[in-house]
Amino acid sequence: MSAYLLQQIINGLVLGSMYALVAVGFSMIYSIVRLINFAHGDVVMIGALSTFFAFAVMGLPLWVTIPATVVIGAAVAALIDLLAFRPQRGAPQVNGFITSLGVSILIQNVAILLLTAQPRPLRLPSALKANLDLFGTRLSVLDGLIVASTVLALVVLTLFVRRTRLGIAMRATAENPHAAQLAGIPINRAIMTAFAVGGALAGFAGLMWGGRYGQVDPLMGFVPGLKAFVAAVIGGVGSLTGAVLGGYLLGLAEVMLVGFLPSDYGAYRDAFVFGLLILVLLVLPNGLLGQSSEDRA
Amino acid sequence: MKALLRSPAVFGLVALACGVAFVAFAEFRLSSFERTIIGLAGVNMILAVSLSFSNGLTGLFSLGHPAFMMVGGYVAAILTFPASRKSFMLPDLPGWLAGVEWALFPATLMGGLAAALVAVVTGFPVLRLRGHYLAVATLGLIIIARVIINNADGLTRGALGLSGIPRLTDLWWVLGWLAVTFLVTWRLKHSSVGRALLAIRENELAAACIGVHRSANRLAAFVVGAFFAGVGGALWAHLVTNLTPGSFDILLAFMLVVMVVIGGSGSLVGAALAAVMLSVVTELIRPIERELGAYGLVQITIAAILIAVLLLRPQGLFGSGEPVSRRPVEPIGRALKPASSNRQEVSQ
Repeated sequence: MSAYLLQQIINGLVLGSMYALVAVGFSMIYSIVRLINFAHGDVVMIGALSTFFAFAVMGLPLWVTIPATVVIGAAVAALIDLLAFRPQRGAPQVNGFITSLGVSILIQNVAILLLTAQPRPLRLPSALKANLDLFGTRLSVLDGLIVASTVLALVVLTLFVRRTRLGIAMRATAENPHAAQLAGIPINRAIMTAFAVGGALAGFAGLMWGGRYGQVDPLMGFVPGLKAFVAAVIGGVGSLTGAVLGGYLLGLAEVMLVGFLPSDYGAYRDAFVFGLLILVLLVLPNGLLGQSSEDRA
Repeated sequence: MKALLRSPAVFGLVALACGVAFVAFAEFRLSSFERTIIGLAGVNMILAVSLSFSNGLTGLFSLGHPAFMMVGGYVAAILTFPASRKSFMLPDLPGWLAGVEWALFPATLMGGLAAALVAVVTGFPVLRLRGHYLAVATLGLIIIARVIINNADGLTRGALGLSGIPRLTDLWWVLGWLAVTFLVTWRLKHSSVGRALLAIRENELAAACIGVHRSANRLAAFVVGAFFAGVGGALWAHLVTNLTPGSFDILLAFMLVVMVVIGGSGSLVGAALAAVMLSVVTELIRPIERELGAYGLVQITIAAILIAVLLLRPQGLFGSGEPVSRRPVEPIGRALKPASSNRQEVSQ
């Protein structure tokens, strides 16, 4: 039983890693422009699709595919900001949200238009599928890499936000855009950086998501995007540490739900996630680590 | 004479007469397929008008309409479903439901009431949220409703969907319910309730200070919107004649939001016009889509229209007002102070 529990925890950590990567981007964009970016999940899809094209179609090696995916994710997210959100800075919050919904539908359907909605298989090299034996549980190399590279990416992100000029500019803009502008910080560039960094992480998450589940399709980003939002809310929207924490908690909770409750309840997985969201918003409106805000309750 | 032309009652009666003439023409001259398309456009008008009322006037941003449509649609379909087929298709129905075979009107009414009831229960917790938090929470309602319907096989046939629902909806029923929707939401909008809702939307604190009951008014608007969503779902089910848990999805929520945005949030006539416009655009593009094999073109066009409207004319066709109205609906303060309080500054 304890091996089973350990196995579930590992599965939860793997799922949680992917949620965490996407949730961090959500939170970062929210903290700087107060926008829930619905299209963020679709950047995950774009990451997965570009992995499919670079790796499976064009036959590029993984060491080219991975950076290419990250760059494409960043570029798409920055482009979304430039074309859709920058022209309406200062408009009511809800406008931004509706716009992001529109961008999301637009991206999904352009992808369907170009590629059809059919799922395509994405097979990573078999070396990644090999199983490692870990205290009587099985962990594939890919899963191990997912957790390790997530941790690495988050450390790099933290250093970037804390130490670099651009990171500091981003935090200043999030704190107070007017004051930041007065201090000579190019806030549009800082905002775009937040989008780009979030997009890079989301693209990377898409690569892992597609690789782990073995297939990619134009609508695959929607559910991970929404769940990452839930994760960000659990952790406290706007807090990066909170988003990571929320991502892992949600991943663990979801896996535990499926793993330990009778299988009848497994079908209620998505309902459970959203029930949890509504509950968290009501009981703990600022999440675990978020700052208080009047919007939520 | 001029005052008469500007009177909403005259406008409404003229519109109703045009509607009657159009429906009479359609029922006698057009094919069943064309009537289905027109019926769907009419149902969309009901949905858009009710959403514009419950979302636009209150400033609440709910995406939950499809969830309420699902409740209304399934309840009504179970009520009208032929009793002879219920026993093997829906084995878990309680005895008193298994034998009934209602007519359309009471069934749609029950569908609407069931949706309203669900709105009361879910509205209490959910309406405490604001802005996009409310949006995502109500999006969750759609997913929760879908999962429940999917798993309640014995009552709803789960993922297989209910097929063979009697085709009871004709264009007269759609027109009738559309007229009722307009009458109710229009009267409410131009009553003390509507003004209370606008006051809450513009400045919640000030509204509370002058004694407006915020949560009660919000819940009322939410429930009225949900009632008509339920009715719309019921009409839809009896028009299309089958219903699956995926019939009313997030894409539909998005389409309805687009209609409200284009019409101007809170504008009832605007929402109805936008619903007609989008239905026409969809039907114009669909053949092109099929011809080219370019599936997704409809959604791309609509998303592009939405983004263009938000960038170029964020207030939509009519803002919160109506093309004809005896009383000004726009808060007077707006004219004096362009940056009203619901415009959120980037900073905070």
